[in-house]
Amino acid sequence: MSKLFSEENRAAFSKPLNLDNPVVIQVLGICSALAVTSQLEPAIVMGLSVTVITAFSNVIISLLRKTIPNRIRIIVQLVVVAALVTIVSEFLKAYVYDVSVQLSVYVGLIITNCILMGRLEAFAMQNSPWPSLLDGIGNGLGYAWVLIVVGFVRELFGFGTLLGFQIIPQSWYVENGGWYMNNGMMVMPAMSLVIVGCVIWAHRSLNKEEK
Amino acid sequence: MEHMISLFVRSIFVDNMIFAFFLGMCSYLAVSKNVKTALGLGVAVTFVLLVTVPVDYLLQTKVLGPDCLVEGVDLSFLAFILFIAVIAGIVQLVEMIVERFSPSLYASLGIFLPLIAVNCAIMGASLFMQQRIGMEPTNSQYIGSVGDAVAYALGSGIGWLLAIVGLAAIREKMAYTDVPKPLQGLGITFITVGLMALAFMCFSGLNI
Repeated sequence: MSKLFSEENRAAFSKPLNLDNPVVIQVLGICSALAVTSQLEPAIVMGLSVTVITAFSNVIISLLRKTIPNRIRIIVQLVVVAALVTIVSEFLKAYVYDVSVQLSVYVGLIITNCILMGRLEAFAMQNSPWPSLLDGIGNGLGYAWVLIVVGFVRELFGFGTLLGFQIIPQSWYVENGGWYMNNGMMVMPAMSLVIVGCVIWAHRSLNKEEK
Repeated sequence: MEHMISLFVRSIFVDNMIFAFFLGMCSYLAVSKNVKTALGLGVAVTFVLLVTVPVDYLLQTKVLGPDCLVEGVDLSFLAFILFIAVIAGIVQLVEMIVERFSPSLYASLGIFLPLIAVNCAIMGASLFMQQRIGMEPTNSQYIGSVGDAVAYALGSGIGWLLAIVGLAAIREKMAYTDVPKPLQGLGITFITVGLMALAFMCFSGLNI
């Protein structure tokens, strides 16, 4: 048991959450991080889907790593990922149809998410299945928290709601004689870029203080 | 014909791959340090789009769609695997052709040529195309023929090219400015792209 959670394995899990975060530090998988975060719910679903797919594809590739010929490894990796994404996409359509409509093509685009290819190439091809699983979950969650932060900010200021529930009191709004108005800018795609830029800014200045 | 031109113009300015859908962001941010390489990558992406989208269109309408191969069977859930296989195959082919006929371009693109296979802009264009086939024919985004697919692919490619060359030019100038330390590099690039996206939003009502 102690071997399963050795320091190395714990590092494989915890490093991507903060110091080696796939979105903020390595800048991978940006496309979907920006596109699905106008509300909190799709951001959470997307984060979880990516976590599941990264974890399983890491395990599968790690099991196959000694049998894959080096020359065609990219195609093998793509096929494994594409099969997993198909399963997740059908699953989302069956159980959370509304969110899967909102996510539209971005579920399919998990296939070309650079985090997946990056982890498969850099980690799963050299390591055994158990650390690969931890690494996959760590990277998926590292991706998910950035999405959730951005989704939180955009939904709160753009719509005044969180997960569809009204957070900002109705009486604050200008229509009801208050002083508050939703910030329409937050809903627009352009703002997600600026918010991610600010998250990177904050993350870098915080981590420098620790060192 | 009119519809094709409208599709072409709209996919450059209104449905721009970068500014409206954030597709192909990874290579967009990584390769936009100078204008020359940015231009080379933009051309390569446009070319790959131009080949893959019509091929995937034919695949979707002749093989995968409902009742195409076997009566009463809808194979479109296989689209992800087949599209990515087509893209990977065509990128390999393009790589070989470029190496054979223009070794200098091949050398300057380097690793980014094979990486086009995992560029989300390519896969994204095919998936959007799949979505648009199902739209009403009167919709300005409808794709109903190979010609439409070509117009859409060319427009998306040129839109991407425009965006990456624009950002590369801004970043070349920005090298001389004094940016706060933690914001340097990627942080400020994100904010720049955000401002560019805001500027592109003025096209959003465009219609022909």
